[in-house]
Amino acid sequence: MAAERGVAAEALVGQVVLPGDLLLLPAHYSEDAEGERLRLSAGAAPQARLLCGPGLRRSGAGLLVTKCGLLRHRPAGGGAYWVDSQQKRYVPVKGDHVIGIVTIKAGDVFRLDVGGSEPASLSYLAFEGATKRNRPNVQVGDLVYGQFVVANKDMEPEMVCIDSSGKSSGMGVIGQDGFLFKVSLGLIRKLLAPKCEIIQELSQLYPFELVLGMNGRIWVKAKTIQQTLIIVNILEACEYMTAEQRKQALAKLSGN
Amino acid sequence: FMQRGLDSQTKKQLEEEEKKIISEEHWYLDVPDLKEKESCIIEERSFLRCEDLVYGRMSFKGFNPEVEKLMIQMNSKCKEEEVEEDDKMEADVSDEEMARRYETLVGTIGKKFLRKRDQRVLKDDDEDEDDEVEEGNSNTRPSKRAKKMFLKPQD
Repeated sequence: MAAERGVAAEALVGQVVLPGDLLLLPAHYSEDAEGERLRLSAGAAPQARLLCGPGLRRSGAGLLVTKCGLLRHRPAGGGAYWVDSQQKRYVPVKGDHVIGIVTIKAGDVFRLDVGGSEPASLSYLAFEGATKRNRPNVQVGDLVYGQFVVANKDMEPEMVCIDSSGKSSGMGVIGQDGFLFKVSLGLIRKLLAPKCEIIQELSQLYPFELVLGMNGRIWVKAKTIQQTLIIVNILEACEYMTAEQRKQALAKLSGN
Repeated sequence: FMQRGLDSQTKKQLEEEEKKIISEEHWYLDVPDLKEKESCIIEERSFLRCEDLVYGRMSFKGFNPEVEKLMIQMNSKCKEEEVEEDDKMEADVSDEEMARRYETLVGTIGKKFLRKRDQRVLKDDDEDEDDEVEEGNSNTRPSKRAKKMFLKPQD
């Protein structure tokens, strides 16, 4: 009931925030101080819109935190705030690239298990170069790398394996062999960060191929089964290892 | 005539009555219009737009060359916006070459169409040989062209 006094968003960047915290935004974003806003907008150019990312909701004077985690900020492109949280359960989000497992082939539509609450649907025409006569070669149990085109809480998620220009750009059925395993979503985002150390160190070991899905699934393929399993074990364990422990482990491997 | 006028008048009256009835039935809010606050905040559920994430398919040490090509392509898409300016510079140079080639193209295609007409003219003049069509064309072209060109009527 008592109105919580919010804290300025900039002060908490990089710190742990809990659900229920209210973050106040700088003056030229807030809607309360209209007088100030007029003054500022007369002087400064109209600001680009602020992006309120996952874990935050817009509420009146500022942003309300809905997930616990670290608050991150990106100043470029109008600014963006989001909460870097950790979870294992994936919730489909539009535009995410995920790995799905084909469970049912029902006429014109495949049902894929993506780790969410519902199986996603994938039409057979959503592959590059697919026509009614030229059907893609997809069997039950295949792994498919695609992106969500519809993903909200009211509808069944839909996936496609082509991008907006009609090209597959790497999406589609993932080849034979290899190993699929599941990790937490935070690790995936860490691995997908530009210049990730883990990936760079691993790439020095052996030639291998890697597909990362935003739903927590990773598919690895190397020349021998042993190498594949080594990479799998490192990726699973590196979430809880410090950088030094990881380097030690890799040094042992490259030594052997 | 008057009947039509009467009909249109009655029609108008009927329409007005209908409108009144309909507008009374239409629900509207008595609440004064809220000022639309300009919201400068967009809500986004995807991490892709917040963080700068790399493409999900990767291959190392030449395990899958197609995927390695893809990696370079997708990861440089972010930087392509900066490279576009350089591409435009190159395009300007090739535009000049394009213009030069186009001139000759138009000439060669133009010859194709001129030949047939000039052949007809050549058959009338028995002086030129049928084999040397091109030379005949070049000789008779200026004279034929002068005759064939449309003369604008001078006011």
